[in-house]
Amino acid sequence: MKEQDRGMTLIVKTITRLTVGLILLFGIYIVSHGHISPGGGFAGGVIVALSFIHIMLAFGKEVAFKTVSQKVASVFESLGALIFVTLAIVGIGYGYFFLNFLAKGEPFKLFSSGLIPLYNMAISFKVGAGLFIMFIILVMFRVTKKGEGE
Amino acid sequence: MLDLQILLIFMIVGALVAVRTKDLLSSVIAVGTVGLGLSLAFLILKAPDLAIAQLVVEILCVIILIRATIKKDLPFSASGRWFFNTLVTLIFLAVFLIYGYFCMKDLPQFGEPIMRVAQNFISNGLRQTGAANLVTAVVLDYRAYDTLGEATILFTAVVSVLAVMRRIGRKK
Repeated sequence: MKEQDRGMTLIVKTITRLTVGLILLFGIYIVSHGHISPGGGFAGGVIVALSFIHIMLAFGKEVAFKTVSQKVASVFESLGALIFVTLAIVGIGYGYFFLNFLAKGEPFKLFSSGLIPLYNMAISFKVGAGLFIMFIILVMFRVTKKGEGE
Repeated sequence: MLDLQILLIFMIVGALVAVRTKDLLSSVIAVGTVGLGLSLAFLILKAPDLAIAQLVVEILCVIILIRATIKKDLPFSASGRWFFNTLVTLIFLAVFLIYGYFCMKDLPQFGEPIMRVAQNFISNGLRQTGAANLVTAVVLDYRAYDTLGEATILFTAVVSVLAVMRRIGRKK
């Protein structure tokens, strides 16, 4: 169990240190350009979750919990769901549920198509945090079962 | 269409290896190749959104499978009743194929869809939603209710995994 907490070898740690920021940035790019290019909230959220899982696999769970703890992840997960439903309910005030009430803007620009980027952001929060929580729980359960003590 | 068929054969072989191999790690890697083949198939069929989502989810699934479940070996029973098992499998396969033949006779040909609602989305989507990516426009504007359901499914899944695996209230 000690071996798992310390993480993997020096090679893996160095490569992770170089690449993990790029992976996170790519996830944010996929989310924010979801209404222009292929991708969107779901795929981008999974990439963001993968970057944190990458840290956890390489450095062990102590370091990973220093960057994102389980509480922060649950807060983000609930926040994503709340933003999504709130935006949908605000649409009722302008007409009906899920009405896209913001200005459409110019197509092919980053700030266009009204509420869709915001929905993408909310879904990415939900998916990223939710999958990270699932990974944490599944791994911790195995460690607890074999380590007996915790 | 030939590249697609080669991919499909590759995926079938990968699935067979995943089912038949004794080593769990090899089995998980074979499942990963099936997912990768599916992602490439989506790319060939010109659906990059689905290809990205499939690739990313496949990576996550393989990581979770290797990391969280690889140490637990499953009981494997190969003995007894092989004749009965094979017979039942063949009967179900025959029933499925016969029903499939009658049901799918009237479906449109592969690659030639009937564009009833989709044509409307394609011609009016950019003007009505302002989103250049029409897949996102459909998922988050025209069919946002479905996305709400999907988000609910994910939320329920996380909550239920927490409820099953939690440490509080667990008895020794």
